[in-house]
Amino acid sequence: MSDSMSKIIRTTADVMFMFIVVFGFYIVLHGHLTPGGGFQGGAVIATGFILLIVAHKLDDFLGWFKKKAFQNFEMSGLVLFIGTALAAIPLGYLFFRNFLCGTGGLFGQVVPYGINPGFLNTAGTIPIMNIAVGIEVLGGLSIIILYMTSGISNHEEGE
Amino acid sequence: MRTVVAGITLVVLAVALLYAAVSIPFGNPAMSDMDDYFITNGQEQTGANNIVTSIVFDYRGFDTLGEACVLFTAVFGVSVLFRLRKKEEDYEYE
Repeated sequence: MSDSMSKIIRTTADVMFMFIVVFGFYIVLHGHLTPGGGFQGGAVIATGFILLIVAHKLDDFLGWFKKKAFQNFEMSGLVLFIGTALAAIPLGYLFFRNFLCGTGGLFGQVVPYGINPGFLNTAGTIPIMNIAVGIEVLGGLSIIILYMTSGISNHEEGE
Repeated sequence: MRTVVAGITLVVLAVALLYAAVSIPFGNPAMSDMDDYFITNGQEQTGANNIVTSIVFDYRGFDTLGEACVLFTAVFGVSVLFRLRKKEEDYEYE
């Protein structure tokens, strides 16, 4: 794991990384309209980071993205998720109440019920929770693979 | 010999599982009140076109909260298990 792969694989991974991340964020942001959601989109984004880890040297990857950044992604996602759920209580609703739905503000557009082409600015707190879970899953899965790869490379150097 | 035994086991298992899968009636749940409620009122109450997401993040939000905590715990466990240790550092037991 301490060696990088050939230049062809590295270039392909660099190009594919951008498309994978954009596709993952598309899945996260459209979670309330199309199949998918926070978990699936976060897993897709984490796949992009794992592709970079596999194709490049681990030290190069750690030069671009710090472990601390993924830990912060993980924590901020979980805090944002619970905070969105708790924010309903000061407004006079119950825990996990969808208090933004249909209010006309952020994500509060009133949808025409029935079959519609899908509007991004709808569904109240659901997109916010999707984004939170997406950030959390992207940080969590990436940091798991990062820790395992660090263990492998450390073991190989020790032998 | 081992190949024959493995093949027979595979065939028996496949037939048993396929028989079980075919014999289950598909599309006729005994209790469908909850499904009908979600399908009828889901879009109106949450504003989301995707009923699955509206269930996962709204009606059954606690389940997703637990799932997020499970993922956090998994990351915590992996980070403890794969902790990088210095060469000379040794654990002290008291």
